[in-house]
Amino acid sequence: MDACGYAGACVPIETRTLSSRYSALSLARHALSDAPWPRAWGSPEPKSNYDVLIIGGGGHGLATAYYLAANHGIKNIAVLERAYIGSGNVGRNTTLVRSNYVIDGNTQFFEFSMKLWEGLSHALNFNVMLSQRGQIVLAHGPAQLDVLARKGNIMRLNGIDAELLDRGDVMRQLPYLDYSTEARFPIQGGLLQRRAGTVRHDAVAWGYARAAASLGVDIIEHCEVTGFVISQGQVTGVETTRGRILSGRTAIAVAGHSSHLAAMAGLRLPIESHLLQAFVSEPIKPFVDHVISFGAELFYISQSDKGGLVFGGHIDGFNSYTQRGQFPKVQTVAECAVALIPSISRLRLLRHWAGIQDMTPDGSPFICRTPLRNLYLDGGWCYQGFKATPAAGWCFAHTIAHDDEHPLNRCYSLDRFERGAELDDYGIGNWTYKQ
Amino acid sequence: MCGERDYTEFRYGGDAAKPRPAHGTADQQVWHDYVFLFDNPKGPHREYWQHVLGCRHWLVLERDTATNTVGASRPASEAVSK
Repeated sequence: MDACGYAGACVPIETRTLSSRYSALSLARHALSDAPWPRAWGSPEPKSNYDVLIIGGGGHGLATAYYLAANHGIKNIAVLERAYIGSGNVGRNTTLVRSNYVIDGNTQFFEFSMKLWEGLSHALNFNVMLSQRGQIVLAHGPAQLDVLARKGNIMRLNGIDAELLDRGDVMRQLPYLDYSTEARFPIQGGLLQRRAGTVRHDAVAWGYARAAASLGVDIIEHCEVTGFVISQGQVTGVETTRGRILSGRTAIAVAGHSSHLAAMAGLRLPIESHLLQAFVSEPIKPFVDHVISFGAELFYISQSDKGGLVFGGHIDGFNSYTQRGQFPKVQTVAECAVALIPSISRLRLLRHWAGIQDMTPDGSPFICRTPLRNLYLDGGWCYQGFKATPAAGWCFAHTIAHDDEHPLNRCYSLDRFERGAELDDYGIGNWTYKQ
Repeated sequence: MCGERDYTEFRYGGDAAKPRPAHGTADQQVWHDYVFLFDNPKGPHREYWQHVLGCRHWLVLERDTATNTVGASRPASEAVSK
Protein backbone atom coordinates (compact mmCIF):
# COMPACT_ATOMS: atom_id res chain seq x y z
CA MET A 1 0.00 0.00 0.00
CA ASP A 2 1.51 3.33 -0.99
CA ALA A 3 0.81 6.86 0.14
CA CYS A 4 -2.18 7.15 -2.18
CA GLY A 5 -3.87 4.15 -0.62
CA TYR A 6 -3.44 2.02 -3.71
CA ALA A 7 -1.66 -1.30 -3.66
CA GLY A 8 -0.74 -0.60 -7.28
CA ALA A 9 1.51 2.13 -8.58
CA CYS A 10 0.61 5.72 -7.72
CA VAL A 11 0.93 7.43 -11.08
CA PRO A 12 0.24 11.14 -11.45
CA ILE A 13 -2.96 11.51 -13.42
CA GLU A 14 -1.35 13.33 -16.38
CA THR A 15 1.25 10.64 -16.98
CA ARG A 16 -1.03 7.65 -16.52
CA THR A 17 -1.22 5.67 -19.73
CA LEU A 18 -4.39 5.98 -21.74
CA SER A 19 -6.88 3.16 -21.66
CA SER A 20 -6.30 0.22 -23.93
CA ARG A 21 -9.05 -1.63 -25.72
CA TYR A 22 -12.14 -2.33 -23.62
CA SER A 23 -13.21 -5.99 -23.65
CA ALA A 24 -14.60 -8.68 -21.37
CA LEU A 25 -10.99 -9.71 -20.75
CA SER A 26 -9.88 -6.20 -19.76
CA LEU A 27 -12.89 -5.96 -17.45
CA ALA A 28 -11.92 -9.21 -15.72
CA ARG A 29 -8.30 -8.11 -15.48
CA HIS A 30 -9.29 -4.82 -13.83
CA ALA A 31 -11.67 -6.60 -11.48
CA LEU A 32 -8.69 -8.54 -10.11
CA SER A 33 -6.50 -5.46 -9.76
CA ASP A 34 -6.66 -2.59 -7.27
CA ALA A 35 -5.30 -0.11 -9.81
CA PRO A 36 -7.71 2.58 -11.01
CA TRP A 37 -8.95 2.42 -14.59
CA PRO A 38 -6.67 4.39 -16.86
CA ARG A 39 -7.97 7.73 -18.04
CA ALA A 40 -9.93 7.60 -21.28
CA TRP A 41 -8.05 10.61 -22.67
CA GLY A 42 -5.18 12.76 -21.46
CA SER A 43 -4.66 16.45 -20.64
CA PRO A 44 -1.83 17.50 -22.93
CA GLU A 45 -0.39 21.00 -22.96
CA PRO A 46 -1.20 22.73 -26.23
CA LYS A 47 1.59 22.60 -28.79
CA SER A 48 2.48 25.73 -30.74
CA ASN A 49 1.39 24.33 -34.08
CA TYR A 50 -1.15 21.83 -35.43
CA ASP A 51 -2.14 20.65 -38.89
CA VAL A 52 -5.81 20.95 -37.92
CA LEU A 53 -7.28 22.87 -35.02
CA ILE A 54 -10.88 22.18 -34.10
CA ILE A 55 -12.62 24.78 -31.96
CA GLY A 56 -15.27 23.13 -29.81
CA GLY A 57 -14.96 19.85 -27.90
CA GLY A 58 -18.61 18.89 -28.28
CA GLY A 59 -19.89 15.84 -30.09
CA HIS A 60 -19.29 17.35 -33.53
CA GLY A 61 -15.77 18.63 -32.80
CA LEU A 62 -14.68 15.33 -31.26
CA ALA A 63 -16.27 13.28 -34.04
CA THR A 64 -14.55 15.47 -36.63
CA ALA A 65 -11.17 14.95 -34.94
CA TYR A 66 -11.77 11.20 -34.80
CA TYR A 67 -12.71 10.90 -38.50
CA LEU A 68 -9.83 13.20 -39.56
CA ALA A 69 -7.46 10.79 -37.85
CA ALA A 70 -9.28 7.55 -38.70
CA ASN A 71 -10.39 8.26 -42.30
CA HIS A 72 -7.81 10.76 -43.55
CA GLY A 73 -4.63 9.83 -41.69
CA ILE A 74 -4.14 13.31 -40.24
CA LYS A 75 -2.51 12.94 -36.83
CA ASN A 76 -1.39 16.39 -35.70
CA ILE A 77 -4.81 17.56 -34.52
CA ALA A 78 -6.03 19.46 -31.47
CA VAL A 79 -9.56 19.97 -30.17
CA LEU A 80 -9.96 23.14 -28.08
CA GLU A 81 -12.77 23.14 -25.53
CA ARG A 82 -13.45 26.22 -23.42
CA ALA A 83 -14.97 24.19 -20.55
CA TYR A 84 -14.77 20.40 -20.18
CA ILE A 85 -15.72 17.54 -22.49
CA GLY A 86 -19.47 16.88 -22.30
CA SER A 87 -20.35 20.29 -20.83
CA GLY A 88 -22.08 21.72 -23.90
CA ASN A 89 -24.99 20.74 -26.10
CA VAL A 90 -23.80 17.13 -26.48
CA GLY A 91 -24.89 16.66 -22.87
CA ARG A 92 -27.93 18.94 -23.01
CA ASN A 93 -30.07 17.32 -25.71
CA THR A 94 -32.86 14.73 -25.55
CA THR A 95 -30.73 11.92 -27.07
CA LEU A 96 -33.00 11.13 -30.04
CA VAL A 97 -31.75 9.71 -33.33
CA ARG A 98 -33.90 9.27 -36.45
CA SER A 99 -33.74 9.76 -40.22
CA ASN A 100 -37.28 10.72 -41.25
CA TYR A 101 -36.68 13.71 -43.51
CA VAL A 102 -38.29 14.59 -46.83
CA ILE A 103 -35.95 16.95 -48.69
CA ASP A 104 -33.16 15.63 -50.88
CA GLY A 105 -29.93 16.36 -49.08
CA ASN A 106 -31.36 16.09 -45.57
CA THR A 107 -32.82 12.64 -46.29
CA GLN A 108 -29.54 11.11 -47.40
CA PHE A 109 -27.41 12.91 -44.82
CA PHE A 110 -29.49 11.88 -41.81
CA GLU A 111 -29.83 8.29 -43.05
CA PHE A 112 -26.04 8.15 -43.37
CA SER A 113 -25.88 9.38 -39.77
CA MET A 114 -28.36 6.68 -38.71
CA LYS A 115 -26.19 4.01 -40.31
CA LEU A 116 -23.10 5.34 -38.52
CA TRP A 117 -25.03 5.25 -35.22
CA GLU A 118 -25.82 1.59 -35.88
CA GLY A 119 -22.13 0.69 -35.99
CA LEU A 120 -20.75 3.31 -33.62
CA SER A 121 -20.25 1.26 -30.44
CA HIS A 122 -18.07 -1.18 -32.38
CA ALA A 123 -16.22 1.54 -34.30
CA LEU A 124 -15.36 3.44 -31.11
CA ASN A 125 -14.95 0.40 -28.81
CA PHE A 126 -17.28 2.27 -26.46
CA ASN A 127 -20.89 1.40 -25.74
CA VAL A 128 -22.97 4.41 -26.76
CA MET A 129 -26.11 2.47 -25.80
CA LEU A 130 -28.02 2.88 -29.06
CA SER A 131 -31.60 1.82 -28.38
CA GLN A 132 -33.61 1.44 -31.61
CA ARG A 133 -36.95 1.53 -29.87
CA GLY A 134 -38.75 3.15 -32.80
CA GLN A 135 -40.21 6.63 -33.24
CA ILE A 136 -43.88 7.22 -33.92
CA VAL A 137 -44.96 10.59 -35.33
CA LEU A 138 -48.68 11.12 -34.75
CA ALA A 139 -51.28 12.51 -37.12
CA HIS A 140 -54.36 14.22 -35.71
CA GLY A 141 -56.32 14.69 -38.90
CA PRO A 142 -56.65 13.07 -42.35
CA ALA A 143 -54.55 15.75 -44.06
CA GLN A 144 -51.78 15.26 -41.56
CA LEU A 145 -51.91 11.51 -42.16
CA ASP A 146 -51.57 12.18 -45.90
CA VAL A 147 -48.47 14.25 -45.19
CA LEU A 148 -47.03 11.39 -43.15
CA ALA A 149 -47.85 8.92 -45.94
CA ARG A 150 -45.93 11.10 -48.37
CA LYS A 151 -43.05 11.37 -45.92
CA GLY A 152 -43.00 7.59 -45.44
CA ASN A 153 -43.00 7.06 -49.21
CA ILE A 154 -40.07 9.43 -49.67
CA MET A 155 -38.19 7.63 -46.92
CA ARG A 156 -38.87 4.19 -48.43
CA LEU A 157 -37.83 5.37 -51.90
CA ASN A 158 -34.53 6.30 -50.27
CA GLY A 159 -34.15 2.89 -48.65
CA ILE A 160 -35.16 4.12 -45.18
CA ASP A 161 -37.62 2.11 -43.10
CA ALA A 162 -41.05 3.66 -42.55
CA GLU A 163 -44.47 2.20 -41.74
CA LEU A 164 -47.76 4.05 -41.88
CA LEU A 165 -50.01 3.27 -38.91
CA ASP A 166 -53.77 3.70 -38.69
CA ARG A 167 -55.54 4.63 -35.47
CA GLY A 168 -55.91 0.97 -34.45
CA ASP A 169 -52.19 0.30 -34.98
CA VAL A 170 -51.30 3.31 -32.82
CA MET A 171 -53.78 2.19 -30.13
CA ARG A 172 -52.14 -1.25 -30.01
CA GLN A 173 -48.61 0.14 -29.77
CA LEU A 174 -49.28 3.15 -27.56
CA PRO A 175 -52.31 2.14 -25.46
CA TYR A 176 -51.73 4.89 -22.90
CA LEU A 177 -52.43 7.87 -25.19
CA ASP A 178 -55.73 9.73 -24.94
CA TYR A 179 -58.18 8.10 -27.40
CA SER A 180 -61.28 9.33 -25.58
CA THR A 181 -63.81 11.81 -26.90
CA GLU A 182 -62.24 14.24 -24.42
CA ALA A 183 -58.93 14.22 -26.35
CA ARG A 184 -58.06 17.73 -27.47
CA PHE A 185 -56.46 16.38 -30.66
CA PRO A 186 -57.91 13.07 -31.91
CA ILE A 187 -55.31 10.54 -33.06
CA GLN A 188 -55.82 9.45 -36.68
CA GLY A 189 -52.67 7.42 -37.15
CA GLY A 190 -48.94 7.82 -37.33
CA LEU A 191 -45.66 7.06 -39.04
CA LEU A 192 -43.26 4.60 -37.46
CA GLN A 193 -39.53 4.45 -38.07
CA ARG A 194 -38.41 1.33 -36.19
CA ARG A 195 -34.69 2.05 -36.53
CA ALA A 196 -35.04 5.42 -34.78
CA GLY A 197 -34.47 5.64 -31.06
CA THR A 198 -32.12 7.03 -28.44
CA VAL A 199 -28.39 7.06 -27.73
CA ARG A 200 -26.66 7.79 -24.43
CA HIS A 201 -25.41 11.30 -25.21
CA ASP A 202 -22.56 11.49 -22.66
CA ALA A 203 -21.18 8.22 -23.98
CA VAL A 204 -21.05 9.77 -27.45
CA ALA A 205 -18.80 12.58 -26.17
CA TRP A 206 -16.65 10.22 -24.13
CA GLY A 207 -16.46 7.57 -26.83
CA TYR A 208 -15.36 9.97 -29.56
CA ALA A 209 -12.92 11.73 -27.19
CA ARG A 210 -11.33 8.44 -26.17
CA ALA A 211 -11.16 7.10 -29.74
CA ALA A 212 -9.69 10.37 -31.04
CA ALA A 213 -7.12 10.55 -28.23
CA SER A 214 -6.06 6.97 -28.92
CA LEU A 215 -5.28 8.06 -32.50
CA GLY A 216 -3.06 10.88 -31.22
CA VAL A 217 -5.50 13.82 -31.11
CA ASP A 218 -4.74 16.39 -28.39
CA ILE A 219 -7.92 17.18 -26.46
CA ILE A 220 -7.30 20.47 -24.68
CA GLU A 221 -9.94 21.37 -22.14
CA HIS A 222 -10.35 24.75 -20.41
CA CYS A 223 -8.89 26.57 -23.40
CA GLU A 224 -11.12 29.31 -24.84
CA VAL A 225 -10.53 30.85 -28.24
CA THR A 226 -10.44 34.65 -28.05
CA GLY A 227 -9.50 35.54 -31.63
CA PHE A 228 -8.19 34.38 -34.98
CA VAL A 229 -4.79 34.93 -36.53
CA ILE A 230 -5.57 36.09 -40.06
CA SER A 231 -3.19 37.18 -42.77
CA GLN A 232 -4.12 37.93 -46.38
CA GLY A 233 -7.59 36.39 -46.15
CA GLN A 234 -6.24 33.21 -44.63
CA VAL A 235 -6.66 31.89 -41.10
CA THR A 236 -3.33 30.68 -39.75
CA GLY A 237 -4.15 30.11 -36.09
CA VAL A 238 -6.06 31.23 -33.04
CA GLU A 239 -5.49 33.27 -29.90
CA THR A 240 -6.59 31.43 -26.80
CA THR A 241 -6.66 31.86 -23.03
CA ARG A 242 -3.61 29.57 -23.09
CA GLY A 243 -1.69 31.48 -25.72
CA ARG A 244 -1.45 31.59 -29.50
CA ILE A 245 -1.74 28.31 -31.37
CA LEU A 246 -0.94 28.15 -35.08
CA SER A 247 -2.71 25.79 -37.44
CA GLY A 248 -2.75 24.70 -41.05
CA ARG A 249 -6.53 24.46 -41.06
CA THR A 250 -8.98 25.75 -38.46
CA ALA A 251 -12.47 24.41 -37.94
CA ILE A 252 -15.35 25.91 -35.96
CA ALA A 253 -17.74 23.42 -34.33
CA VAL A 254 -19.37 25.42 -31.56
CA ALA A 255 -23.07 25.41 -32.51
CA GLY A 256 -24.98 27.77 -30.25
CA HIS A 257 -22.04 30.17 -30.38
CA SER A 258 -21.19 30.00 -34.11
CA SER A 259 -22.00 33.68 -34.69
CA HIS A 260 -19.89 34.66 -31.69
CA LEU A 261 -16.83 32.82 -33.04
CA ALA A 262 -17.43 33.85 -36.65
CA ALA A 263 -17.60 37.51 -35.60
CA MET A 264 -14.02 37.17 -34.28
CA ALA A 265 -13.05 36.30 -37.86
CA GLY A 266 -15.12 39.20 -39.24
CA LEU A 267 -17.89 36.96 -40.63
CA ARG A 268 -21.65 37.38 -40.29
CA LEU A 269 -23.68 34.19 -40.50
CA PRO A 270 -27.30 33.33 -41.37
CA ILE A 271 -27.81 32.30 -37.74
CA GLU A 272 -29.60 33.47 -34.62
CA SER A 273 -28.95 31.80 -31.24
CA HIS A 274 -32.09 30.56 -29.50
CA LEU A 275 -32.96 28.57 -26.40
CA LEU A 276 -34.36 25.08 -26.55
CA GLN A 277 -35.56 23.59 -23.29
CA ALA A 278 -35.58 19.95 -22.28
CA PHE A 279 -37.34 18.28 -19.38
CA VAL A 280 -37.02 15.14 -17.27
CA SER A 281 -39.72 13.85 -14.94
CA GLU A 282 -39.19 11.87 -11.76
CA PRO A 283 -38.36 8.23 -12.59
CA ILE A 284 -41.16 5.73 -13.05
CA LYS A 285 -41.31 2.08 -14.09
CA PRO A 286 -41.00 1.28 -17.82
CA PHE A 287 -43.98 2.93 -19.50
CA VAL A 288 -43.11 4.74 -22.74
CA ASP A 289 -41.40 2.17 -24.97
CA HIS A 290 -41.00 4.36 -28.06
CA VAL A 291 -40.08 7.88 -28.98
CA ILE A 292 -43.39 9.65 -29.61
CA SER A 293 -43.80 12.91 -31.51
CA PHE A 294 -47.03 14.81 -31.03
CA GLY A 295 -48.50 16.13 -34.27
CA ALA A 296 -50.51 19.04 -32.91
CA GLU A 297 -47.53 21.00 -31.60
CA LEU A 298 -43.79 20.45 -31.56
CA PHE A 299 -43.57 18.03 -28.63
CA TYR A 300 -41.81 14.69 -28.23
CA ILE A 301 -41.33 12.25 -25.39
CA SER A 302 -39.34 9.14 -24.56
CA GLN A 303 -38.26 7.35 -21.38
CA SER A 304 -34.66 7.12 -20.24
CA ASP A 305 -33.07 3.95 -18.93
CA LYS A 306 -33.22 5.51 -15.47
CA GLY A 307 -37.01 5.79 -15.78
CA GLY A 308 -37.43 9.54 -16.23
CA LEU A 309 -39.67 10.75 -19.02
CA VAL A 310 -37.55 12.94 -21.27
CA PHE A 311 -39.41 15.51 -23.35
CA GLY A 312 -39.14 18.82 -25.11
CA GLY A 313 -40.90 21.32 -27.33
CA HIS A 314 -40.29 24.43 -29.43
CA ILE A 315 -37.58 27.04 -28.94
CA ASP A 316 -38.39 29.85 -26.51
CA GLY A 317 -39.15 32.33 -29.27
CA PHE A 318 -36.45 34.98 -29.03
CA ASN A 319 -32.67 34.96 -29.33
CA SER A 320 -30.67 34.41 -26.16
CA TYR A 321 -27.38 33.02 -24.90
CA THR A 322 -28.49 32.56 -21.28
CA GLN A 323 -28.99 28.76 -21.08
CA ARG A 324 -32.05 29.53 -18.93
CA GLY A 325 -35.53 28.72 -20.19
CA GLN A 326 -38.67 30.81 -19.80
CA PHE A 327 -41.48 29.54 -17.62
CA PRO A 328 -44.33 29.95 -20.17
CA LYS A 329 -42.62 27.36 -22.38
CA VAL A 330 -42.49 24.94 -19.44
CA GLN A 331 -46.24 25.35 -19.16
CA THR A 332 -46.88 24.83 -22.89
CA VAL A 333 -44.74 21.69 -22.97
CA ALA A 334 -46.45 20.30 -19.86
CA GLU A 335 -49.84 20.96 -21.48
CA CYS A 336 -48.74 19.01 -24.56
CA ALA A 337 -47.59 16.12 -22.38
CA VAL A 338 -50.90 15.90 -20.54
CA ALA A 339 -52.98 16.37 -23.70
CA LEU A 340 -51.20 13.36 -25.18
CA ILE A 341 -50.84 11.17 -22.06
CA PRO A 342 -53.34 12.26 -19.38
CA SER A 343 -52.08 9.62 -16.92
CA ILE A 344 -48.81 11.48 -16.35
CA SER A 345 -50.53 14.63 -15.10
CA ARG A 346 -49.47 13.94 -11.48
CA LEU A 347 -45.83 13.28 -12.36
CA ARG A 348 -43.41 15.83 -11.00
CA LEU A 349 -40.79 17.51 -13.12
CA LEU A 350 -37.36 16.56 -11.86
CA ARG A 351 -35.17 18.81 -13.99
CA HIS A 352 -35.42 21.21 -16.87
CA TRP A 353 -32.71 23.09 -18.64
CA ALA A 354 -32.01 25.05 -21.81
CA GLY A 355 -29.40 24.66 -24.48
CA ILE A 356 -28.34 27.38 -26.90
CA GLN A 357 -28.75 26.45 -30.50
CA ASP A 358 -27.97 28.05 -33.83
CA MET A 359 -31.20 28.64 -35.74
CA THR A 360 -30.89 29.07 -39.50
CA PRO A 361 -33.46 30.57 -41.89
CA ASP A 362 -34.31 27.21 -43.50
CA GLY A 363 -33.74 24.90 -40.54
CA SER A 364 -30.77 23.17 -42.14
CA PRO A 365 -27.15 23.30 -40.99
CA PHE A 366 -23.79 24.38 -42.39
CA ILE A 367 -20.88 22.00 -42.99
CA CYS A 368 -18.69 23.95 -45.34
CA ARG A 369 -15.78 26.10 -46.27
CA THR A 370 -16.04 29.80 -45.41
CA PRO A 371 -15.05 33.00 -47.25
CA LEU A 372 -11.73 32.84 -45.34
CA ARG A 373 -9.21 30.34 -46.61
CA ASN A 374 -8.39 27.44 -44.26
CA LEU A 375 -11.38 28.26 -42.03
CA TYR A 376 -14.24 25.75 -41.97
CA LEU A 377 -17.65 25.84 -40.34
CA ASP A 378 -19.89 23.20 -38.80
CA GLY A 379 -22.89 24.94 -37.25
CA GLY A 380 -26.48 26.07 -37.67
CA TRP A 381 -27.78 22.80 -36.28
CA CYS A 382 -31.21 24.02 -35.14
CA TYR A 383 -33.04 21.14 -33.44
CA GLN A 384 -31.00 18.36 -34.98
CA GLY A 385 -27.38 18.58 -33.90
CA PHE A 386 -27.22 15.47 -31.75
CA LYS A 387 -28.67 12.97 -34.22
CA ALA A 388 -26.33 14.38 -36.88
CA THR A 389 -23.16 13.92 -34.80
CA PRO A 390 -21.52 10.96 -36.61
CA ALA A 391 -22.36 12.14 -40.14
CA ALA A 392 -21.43 15.73 -39.35
CA GLY A 393 -18.06 14.62 -38.01
CA TRP A 394 -17.54 12.35 -41.01
CA CYS A 395 -18.47 15.00 -43.59
CA PHE A 396 -16.74 17.88 -41.80
CA ALA A 397 -13.53 15.84 -41.59
CA HIS A 398 -13.78 15.21 -45.35
CA THR A 399 -14.40 18.92 -46.02
CA ILE A 400 -11.37 19.94 -43.97
CA ALA A 401 -9.06 17.22 -45.32
CA HIS A 402 -9.95 17.87 -48.99
CA ASP A 403 -10.71 21.60 -48.75
CA ASP A 404 -13.94 20.64 -50.49
CA GLU A 405 -17.37 19.40 -49.44
CA HIS A 406 -18.32 15.71 -49.47
CA PRO A 407 -21.31 14.90 -51.76
CA LEU A 408 -23.40 14.40 -48.60
CA ASN A 409 -22.82 17.93 -47.28
CA ARG A 410 -22.49 19.89 -50.52
CA CYS A 411 -26.05 21.11 -49.88
CA TYR A 412 -25.03 22.59 -46.49
CA SER A 413 -22.99 25.48 -47.89
CA LEU A 414 -23.01 29.03 -46.51
CA ASP A 415 -24.01 30.56 -49.86
CA ARG A 416 -27.17 28.48 -50.42
CA PHE A 417 -29.46 31.44 -49.68
CA GLU A 418 -27.75 33.53 -52.36
CA ARG A 419 -28.23 30.68 -54.83
CA GLY A 420 -31.86 30.06 -53.88
CA ALA A 421 -30.90 26.55 -52.77
CA GLU A 422 -32.50 26.53 -49.34
CA LEU A 423 -33.28 23.21 -47.67
CA ASP A 424 -36.53 23.94 -45.88
CA ASP A 425 -37.89 20.61 -44.69
CA TYR A 426 -41.05 22.18 -43.25
CA GLY A 427 -41.64 24.63 -46.09
CA ILE A 428 -42.39 27.48 -43.68
CA GLY A 429 -38.96 28.57 -42.55
CA ASN A 430 -37.66 27.68 -39.18
CA TRP A 431 -38.15 30.62 -36.89
CA THR A 432 -41.30 30.50 -34.82
CA TYR A 433 -41.49 34.27 -34.75
CA LYS A 434 -41.58 34.48 -38.54
CA GLN A 435 -44.14 31.73 -39.13
CA MET B 1 -50.27 52.13 -24.83
CA CYS B 2 -51.16 49.04 -22.79
CA GLY B 3 -48.83 49.66 -19.85
CA GLU B 4 -47.05 46.83 -18.08
CA ARG B 5 -48.22 43.50 -19.51
CA ASP B 6 -47.16 39.86 -19.22
CA TYR B 7 -44.35 38.78 -21.53
CA THR B 8 -46.48 35.97 -23.00
CA GLU B 9 -48.67 38.61 -24.68
CA PHE B 10 -45.72 39.74 -26.78
CA ARG B 11 -44.06 38.17 -29.78
CA TYR B 12 -40.45 38.62 -30.79
CA GLY B 13 -40.02 40.30 -34.18
CA GLY B 14 -36.31 40.11 -34.94
CA ASP B 15 -33.27 42.38 -35.09
CA ALA B 16 -34.23 46.08 -35.20
CA ALA B 17 -30.71 47.36 -35.75
CA LYS B 18 -30.52 46.34 -39.41
CA PRO B 19 -31.55 49.15 -41.75
CA ARG B 20 -33.81 47.99 -44.57
CA PRO B 21 -32.20 48.63 -47.97
CA ALA B 22 -33.61 51.59 -49.87
CA HIS B 23 -36.69 50.84 -51.96
CA GLY B 24 -35.65 49.82 -55.44
CA THR B 25 -32.20 48.61 -54.47
CA ALA B 26 -31.24 46.27 -57.29
CA ASP B 27 -28.18 44.64 -55.79
CA GLN B 28 -29.20 41.09 -54.76
CA GLN B 29 -26.26 40.85 -52.40
CA VAL B 30 -27.58 43.79 -50.36
CA TRP B 31 -30.97 42.10 -49.99
CA HIS B 32 -29.38 38.75 -49.17
CA ASP B 33 -27.35 40.32 -46.38
CA TYR B 34 -30.40 42.17 -45.04
CA VAL B 35 -32.68 39.13 -45.05
CA PHE B 36 -30.32 36.33 -44.13
CA LEU B 37 -27.33 37.64 -42.16
CA PHE B 38 -27.43 38.51 -38.48
CA ASP B 39 -24.98 40.06 -36.05
CA ASN B 40 -26.55 37.80 -33.41
CA PRO B 41 -24.51 39.45 -30.65
CA LYS B 42 -23.91 37.98 -27.20
CA GLY B 43 -24.68 41.18 -25.34
CA PRO B 44 -26.78 44.30 -26.03
CA HIS B 45 -29.39 43.80 -28.76
CA ARG B 46 -32.03 46.13 -30.20
CA GLU B 47 -35.06 44.22 -31.37
CA TYR B 48 -38.70 44.36 -32.44
CA TRP B 49 -41.55 42.97 -30.34
CA GLN B 50 -45.26 43.11 -31.05
CA HIS B 51 -47.98 43.14 -28.42
CA VAL B 52 -49.93 40.50 -30.34
CA LEU B 53 -52.38 39.63 -27.54
CA GLY B 54 -53.14 43.21 -26.66
CA CYS B 55 -52.94 46.58 -28.37
CA ARG B 56 -50.91 45.09 -31.30
CA HIS B 57 -48.39 47.90 -31.19
CA TRP B 58 -44.87 47.22 -32.41
CA LEU B 59 -42.07 48.09 -29.98
CA VAL B 60 -38.33 48.47 -30.15
CA LEU B 61 -36.71 46.97 -27.07
CA GLU B 62 -33.16 47.04 -25.75
CA ARG B 63 -32.24 43.65 -24.25
CA ASP B 64 -28.98 41.95 -23.30
CA THR B 65 -28.91 38.49 -24.92
CA ALA B 66 -26.21 37.29 -22.51
CA THR B 67 -28.34 37.94 -19.41
CA ASN B 68 -31.90 38.56 -20.71
CA THR B 69 -31.85 41.90 -18.86
CA VAL B 70 -34.50 44.12 -20.41
CA GLY B 71 -33.70 47.82 -20.96
CA ALA B 72 -35.57 50.71 -22.52
CA SER B 73 -38.47 50.27 -24.93
CA ARG B 74 -40.15 52.71 -27.29
CA PRO B 75 -42.85 52.52 -29.93
CA ALA B 76 -41.53 51.30 -33.27
CA SER B 77 -43.37 54.19 -34.93
CA GLU B 78 -40.99 56.58 -33.15
CA ALA B 79 -37.97 54.55 -34.25
CA VAL B 80 -39.17 54.50 -37.87
CA SER B 81 -39.96 58.20 -38.11
CA LYS B 82 -36.45 59.18 -37.04
